[in-house]
Amino acid sequence: MRVNMTVNGRPQRADDVWEGESLLYVLRERLGLPGSKNACEQGECGSCTVRLDGVPVCACLVAAGQAEGRDIVTVEGLAARAGVPDGRLSPVQRAFVDAGAVQCGFCTPGLLVAADDLLARDPDPSDADIREALSGNLCRCTGYEKILDAVRLAAARGGGGVGDEAGRDGQEG
Amino acid sequence: MTGGPAAGGRTPSGAPAGLTQGSRTRGGIGESTLRPDGTLKVTGEFAYASDLWHEDMLWGHTLRSPHAHARIRSVDVAEALATPGVYAVLTHDDLPAATRYGLELQDTPVLADGVVRHHGEPVALVAADHPETARRAAAKIRVAYEELPVVTDEASATAPGAPVLHPGRTDGHAAHVPHPNIVHRQPVRRGDVAAAKARAAAVVTGEYEVGMQDQAFLGPESGLAVPAEDGGVDLYIATQWLHADLRQIAPVLGLPEDKVRMTLSGVGGAFGGREDLSMQAHACLLALRTGRPVKMVYNRFESFFGHVHRHPARLRYEHGADRDGRLLYVTARIVLDGGAYASSSPAVVGNAASLSVGPYECPNVDVEALALYTNNPPCGAMRGFGAVQACFAYEAQMDRLAAELGLDPVEFRRRNAMSQGSVMPTGQVVDSPAPVAELLRRVKAMPMPPERQWETAGGGPDLRALPGGVANTTHGEGVVRGVGYAVGIKNVGFSEGFDDYSTARVRLEYAGGEAVATVHTAMAEVGQGGVTVHAQIARTELGVSRVTIHPADTRVGSAGSTSASRQTYVTGGAVRHACATVRERVLALGRTKFGTYHPAWATAELLLEDGKVVTDGGEVLAALADVLEGEEPVEAEAEWRHRPTEPFDLRTGQGTGHVQYSFAAHRAVVEVDTELGLVKVVELACAQDVGKALNPLSVTGQIQGGSTQGLGLAVMEEIAVDPGTGKVRNPSFTDYLIPTILDTPAMPVDVLELADPHAPYGLRGVGEAPTLSSTPAVVAAIRQATGLALRRVPVRPEHLTGG
Repeated sequence: MRVNMTVNGRPQRADDVWEGESLLYVLRERLGLPGSKNACEQGECGSCTVRLDGVPVCACLVAAGQAEGRDIVTVEGLAARAGVPDGRLSPVQRAFVDAGAVQCGFCTPGLLVAADDLLARDPDPSDADIREALSGNLCRCTGYEKILDAVRLAAARGGGGVGDEAGRDGQEG
Repeated sequence: MTGGPAAGGRTPSGAPAGLTQGSRTRGGIGESTLRPDGTLKVTGEFAYASDLWHEDMLWGHTLRSPHAHARIRSVDVAEALATPGVYAVLTHDDLPAATRYGLELQDTPVLADGVVRHHGEPVALVAADHPETARRAAAKIRVAYEELPVVTDEASATAPGAPVLHPGRTDGHAAHVPHPNIVHRQPVRRGDVAAAKARAAAVVTGEYEVGMQDQAFLGPESGLAVPAEDGGVDLYIATQWLHADLRQIAPVLGLPEDKVRMTLSGVGGAFGGREDLSMQAHACLLALRTGRPVKMVYNRFESFFGHVHRHPARLRYEHGADRDGRLLYVTARIVLDGGAYASSSPAVVGNAASLSVGPYECPNVDVEALALYTNNPPCGAMRGFGAVQACFAYEAQMDRLAAELGLDPVEFRRRNAMSQGSVMPTGQVVDSPAPVAELLRRVKAMPMPPERQWETAGGGPDLRALPGGVANTTHGEGVVRGVGYAVGIKNVGFSEGFDDYSTARVRLEYAGGEAVATVHTAMAEVGQGGVTVHAQIARTELGVSRVTIHPADTRVGSAGSTSASRQTYVTGGAVRHACATVRERVLALGRTKFGTYHPAWATAELLLEDGKVVTDGGEVLAALADVLEGEEPVEAEAEWRHRPTEPFDLRTGQGTGHVQYSFAAHRAVVEVDTELGLVKVVELACAQDVGKALNPLSVTGQIQGGSTQGLGLAVMEEIAVDPGTGKVRNPSFTDYLIPTILDTPAMPVDVLELADPHAPYGLRGVGEAPTLSSTPAVVAAIRQATGLALRRVPVRPEHLTGG
């Protein structure tokens, strides 16, 4: 079948999609957007979290056909969504790098989409709010402490829409 | 002060205009430099092994055994092979060369060779043009099995007439083990236990059990094999040790090692689970058979079968102490279940035996550790590597002894804590700082988390902070708090005489108007931050700000494994060593070019700092860029080894087996709903000595991550294996639970830096030690809260409610 959708603001079309394919498979293997990760294929780890018409979902649990005509934001679209110039990081992305919240990084794209969604809803979340919002995202490396630091940092810097002053090459300092 | 001509920016002495005083290079060791791969990882552009793609690529899939022990009567692949879109189906009969591999013993079949010895063992491979086609075709392979009796524990494995899993063993351990179903056995004997026993005022015996933990790295096993025109293959792979993979893969493919070129792709965590081969040889075999690139990506279900796990263990300990609370003797028997194949079981046994007493002085020791062959899933490396199981048991014993003697548990540990100069049960003298008592003091001195944190300003509870969370099981009525302490000891680096070296190639050159360094090693970056540290070392040693980390591959010598907390020590040491050679060559170049301008070139100790050549008095002699401009790149390759170790004596366990020890202490605060058996860890504080924190931010991250894995083992993580059939019952993230952010508490960390005089920069391996003591600390806290003995981890609700 053919699936049409908007991904990160751009109309996309996938042809020859099997009925059993997930949105995650279509994003990764057919549209060349491997940012959303596949770690459990059953909605338990959150590594493939994307926003589907604004709502965070596990892309592995969305049948490709369900995405027909819908709007999808993946980790690849977070910077553009935050209105930062091309090649720069969104505030949440920047905060994850600065806080040391990225180790192996496999869980990071899903966590970023979930954290971005949280801060869009609540620019000043409590720790309990952060934990609740990220409870569907497993991380095996960090112990989550630095992930909490990152979300707090992003919130303190003004969560949504603030540009990335340091730029993409500024991380090694 | 030289004003200096602007033209060319160079002064007559070669120093840059306006700069004569040297300054420290930014981004060197000791700073919390950020990851060089961080930006790519947050934008989604970082290419993990599962993200690789190649034109015309096929997808590989593995057919696995549904039985734990069975003879294969026949395999019929005809229907699978005839499936449209299928390009190859391979079984044991199709293997071109070596049919077995292994890290220590070559006992693992590439594909089952007539017998399957564990549930999930690879039986056949399929390559197809869509992953679902490959899966469906694999399901059409008809395998006729004849089930065999299973051995699943020590009693069944060593019973008279028990099936021998590896008959005709010829490995080096076979002659020394009391039964062929024992992989390896290591006693440790020192002093006179019988005499000490007669003097003991307090004796405590206990039996303990540790469940089978999984590494549960987030990025599943995956890689891409691309056949090459020369008949070789290029493999892009997520692994922990490229060269160990290469050494095992090449004989399976029947190729010389130089025709198997391996490049590290993005690795989504490892924790020991990628030390053994998984799909490496399989993907290469399919690629060479089909002539097409083949990608394999395990799903989570398959991942649980595709890598080894932490050895489950049964441990029996007896401790005796005198009236003053000094340990007199320890006896222990540690039985590790190695599963169907050896993997790294022999080394795990060595660790469990040699570290079995913990970070304590004890003159009389009688210990035996062994690993079994069973039909359970194969077990091998996981963070903590044999020391975790022992730590759970000896720390429980220490608490019980303290109680028996009426002493505070921390005070009792302090009285027995080893220190620099202490003698290990193996006879090895600890010749670097061992601040065990200080770590305990520090972790105890940290402020306690407030009581009743779940109470909100309005007076009601925030259910999210209570045991059971928003399941609404309690509003705080039946909640009791407990506090527990533990400390552990872990060896750093490969032990027992292993030639534990690493290789680094460092290049310094003029590019874009400045000096740029490139560091090339085969070190697997699995998330630990080695790439950050290597850049920091190069900046410190070469005084440059721009450092490029070359992709890790087999075009440079082995870096050894990213495990045993060894990479910063060993590969970091190699990078430093190579940098020193580059520095000498650069200075020689400088002398040739500019030596006539300033006498200090010939006489002074010269350093490279902040892009300049400076004297040890801080006088700038030249800009590094000017020294390098117009010259060939300066390059050096170095191998580096830590101090040699030696094997433990097979009868007494005596020997200088370890190169370095690392220590961490934990304090856990828990709240338990005693009616429902639900546990909430409120805080998990850690104090650890890291010798020298090369990157404090990364060090803290490693400590918190390691502590969390220990927490997981304490209260939730276990691969459930049916004792009757050897089958795995929970191979999914729905049923194998790892801590979420809601299960994980605040984790304050106190880092101590007491330099190890034998290590590069005085550093001490960091990653593993915090995984040891967090488990017993959490369980000690639950014991204190509930008064229950709790001899097994993970602690489950039914253990707390008496059900």
